[in-house]
Amino acid sequence: MNWETVIGLEVHVQLLTATKMFCGCSSRFGDPPNTNVCPVCLGLPGALPVPNEQAVRLAVRAAFALGCTVHPRSIFARKNYFYPDLPKGYQISQFEEPVATGGALEFVSVERGPVTMRIKRLHLEEDAGKSFHDRVPGMTAVDFNRSGVPLIEIVSEPDLRSPAEARAYLTTLKQVLKYVEVSDCNMEEGSLRVDANLSIRPAGSSELRTRTEVKNMNSFSGVEHALTAERERQIAATERGFGVVQATMLFDAASGEVRPMRSKEEAQDYRYFPEPDLPPLVLTEKWLAAEREALPELPAAKRERFAKTFQISAEATAVVTATASVATFFEAFATLPHGLSGRDSWNWVANDLLSLSIDGETVPLTPDRAAQVVKLVQSGQLSRQAARRVLAEMVNAPENTALAVAQRLGLVQVSDNSAIEVWVRETLETHPGEVARYKAGEAKLMGFLVGQVMKRSKGKADPKAVNASLAAALAR
Amino acid sequence: MTDFLRAAGEAAERIAACEAKGTRAFLAWSEAALVEQAERLANAGASGPLAGEVVAVKDVIAESQFPTTCGSKILEGWRSPFEATAVRRLREAGAIVAGKTNCDEFAMGSSTEWSAYGPSRNPVDPTRVPGGSSGGSAAAVAAGAVTMALGSETGGSVRQPAAFCGIVGIKPTYGRVSRYGLVAFGSSLDQIGTFGKDVTSAARLLGVISGRDDRDATSLDRIPLGLPAPAPANLKGTVIGVPREYFPEGLHAGIKAASDRALARLKDLGAEVRDVSLPHTKYAVPTYYIVAPAEASSNLARYDGVRYGPRADGGLADVRAVYRATRGHGFGPEVRRRILLGTYVLSAGYYDAYYRKAQHVREAIRADFARVFAQGVHALFTPTTPTPAFKFGENTADPLAMYLSDVFVCTANLAWVPALSLPIGRDQGLPIGGQLIGAMEGEATIIRIAQALERAVDATAEVR
Repeated sequence: MNWETVIGLEVHVQLLTATKMFCGCSSRFGDPPNTNVCPVCLGLPGALPVPNEQAVRLAVRAAFALGCTVHPRSIFARKNYFYPDLPKGYQISQFEEPVATGGALEFVSVERGPVTMRIKRLHLEEDAGKSFHDRVPGMTAVDFNRSGVPLIEIVSEPDLRSPAEARAYLTTLKQVLKYVEVSDCNMEEGSLRVDANLSIRPAGSSELRTRTEVKNMNSFSGVEHALTAERERQIAATERGFGVVQATMLFDAASGEVRPMRSKEEAQDYRYFPEPDLPPLVLTEKWLAAEREALPELPAAKRERFAKTFQISAEATAVVTATASVATFFEAFATLPHGLSGRDSWNWVANDLLSLSIDGETVPLTPDRAAQVVKLVQSGQLSRQAARRVLAEMVNAPENTALAVAQRLGLVQVSDNSAIEVWVRETLETHPGEVARYKAGEAKLMGFLVGQVMKRSKGKADPKAVNASLAAALAR
Repeated sequence: MTDFLRAAGEAAERIAACEAKGTRAFLAWSEAALVEQAERLANAGASGPLAGEVVAVKDVIAESQFPTTCGSKILEGWRSPFEATAVRRLREAGAIVAGKTNCDEFAMGSSTEWSAYGPSRNPVDPTRVPGGSSGGSAAAVAAGAVTMALGSETGGSVRQPAAFCGIVGIKPTYGRVSRYGLVAFGSSLDQIGTFGKDVTSAARLLGVISGRDDRDATSLDRIPLGLPAPAPANLKGTVIGVPREYFPEGLHAGIKAASDRALARLKDLGAEVRDVSLPHTKYAVPTYYIVAPAEASSNLARYDGVRYGPRADGGLADVRAVYRATRGHGFGPEVRRRILLGTYVLSAGYYDAYYRKAQHVREAIRADFARVFAQGVHALFTPTTPTPAFKFGENTADPLAMYLSDVFVCTANLAWVPALSLPIGRDQGLPIGGQLIGAMEGEATIIRIAQALERAVDATAEVR
């Protein structure tokens, strides 16, 4: 039987706020355990939550970026469960009336081309603390620095049809959320976390069969591997006639396998109810309009505009819009008065400049400084080849001009005709035999002669000028 | 000797005398702490509306000199690293904290009999309960140990003990006083209230602790209440509504007689007394006993022995065993009953039938009050309690009988409106309380009426 996979994702994203969701503690990652804590995020008796406006702003910005309807009135709710790293015994979240619903995100599927992933809802909540089961033998250690860090949860509809699509959607989602500076989406540091729901059905069917939840995936490739393993497990179980039982599966990255969570750990009744410590979250028309207005250009819009403005292909725009910073660089660089075509600008950025970046997220030079190098190449003072070395060196020498760096590296070309003519004359005098053979028709000797002139110039001559000068001298 | 030190010394003598009679109004107090605060205030040259006043604080309110146990074993010895906004405002006003007063565990109860540290006694009749849950604060004021005290209400826990002990208790509008530092029971109902030997002292204390607090998102964005004006000479132009649902057939004869006399005095003062109806009153107790336990079941989840408070390890089989053992040992029977009740009404499959429905009924109760106050009524007059103070053990075996002692008071908590109780007479020596309920943010109005009524009735006289 041919099976189709149906996947929906729940993505938790930590918001880039300086402080926590309901108190003034720092939300910084990596500080010594239990140093960013207070009565509120420790859930001490009598402490009360007060919402962080910046967290609300970032959630709303994410919602707009994902095309959601943002609700002017939403309700915080308590999600009740016991766990040592959950200090109040409940998590403040949103349930029946989330801040946003009904969005969409388009991404490119390897199998199906452009796919629209429908976003069911986006809501605000606070993070729990972190339990460490391996630090103290026989004990669990708890760090509450993360307790109360603001999160959004983005719940999608089951619109994905393969593990590869899950990965592609996540990559696109991460790009959008980073573009609008809502989150750094770092899976290793836990600022983006993914839970998946997966079921299978006969290809061509539209039913939704029993699904399982897959957790504990720590990277995008982990998501793809885990979902592949779960899909195979479900297909095998179904084909052997066992069927799929609703369960929560944990991915083990080391073995690449999924195993069911112990039943004790699931089947929770969270007893959601409206959080009585917080009034409804009311967003005024004016505030929402200002946030909508302030939304930066999104990657898809940017790609379309770049393709049109700079006459480059869709694939090509993707390279220079990978991050907001790269896109900003590209646009500034391409519109400088250097006379390069859009395609040539793209070549410089994609081939010469992006390779200087360690993380691929920013170009470590300003567009102006990069353009200085372009000018040197255009004037013949620098070879296209040597330009790359100059650019690399400029990253470490922010005070120096491109010319100064090129001079220090001895890469400035001589295109001054009088000097080149001297080297040409000397070369022709030293190689009368080759000159004669060239004149007798051995055209390929031109290359040899150019090489000899370059050698005599110690590589500093502009090869274009040498070619022209040699051709003129040989024609005489 | 400064005025502060004299006040502290005198308070120590009065508290010691109160406790020597077996009142057990206080869970923690000390002469040394009184003197230390007095010295600090004297050195700082403190002045303020409560300079040198000694105020007792209910043990569900966070305060740092003494433990904050909430009358529970599960917080035995817990010292809060921060103080409630209300306590901070007391101190800023120059007041001295007398100590922490006894209460039913986590404020769940109507007699202090559910305190894990033993009940307080009613200073008027030590064979009877002082009421609850803020019974220790009420007893401390009634015994003359202090002239004012902080209590807290979720469903009448200030007004009911005020009535039982023959003093004044005010429950302000929800949001009038910051809940920051008030250990939560039913968050949508909880409100710190004040006790005084008379209306003016309870109102003065309320004026000091009221006002917007950025640490409480439900705090009202209003300036603090002013100090009470002098009692008005008459109540001409004031309309008092008498909701018939609060005067049922078979109402206790002493309560009925006291209420009738108080209403006669209100008329004598020139007030217009008008019959009104609050038709959803009969649903108040059941609604309250869904909403309050539901919120309590969540609010009390944090007491798990992981971060603070005594931990019972339960053999350390797993973390669940620790929870079970800690909570099983730490919580008393009434708290356990309400956690179970609250967990039940929030559970999948029951939420709509109980919690959601209760929210709708609560809206209807609120609308009842809004409608009456929109018809020109300035305040409602009702009895505070259905009976005078009962004897120890009279209601502990029957939770429902205990719950029904809140029948006239829990409506104001559900509707968020302010209400107060003042003594209006005695029946067989036992104090009777009369209740004035105001419109939202109508504290000043009910305080003014109470001041006038207080002067017009002899609260120590037998009513029949």
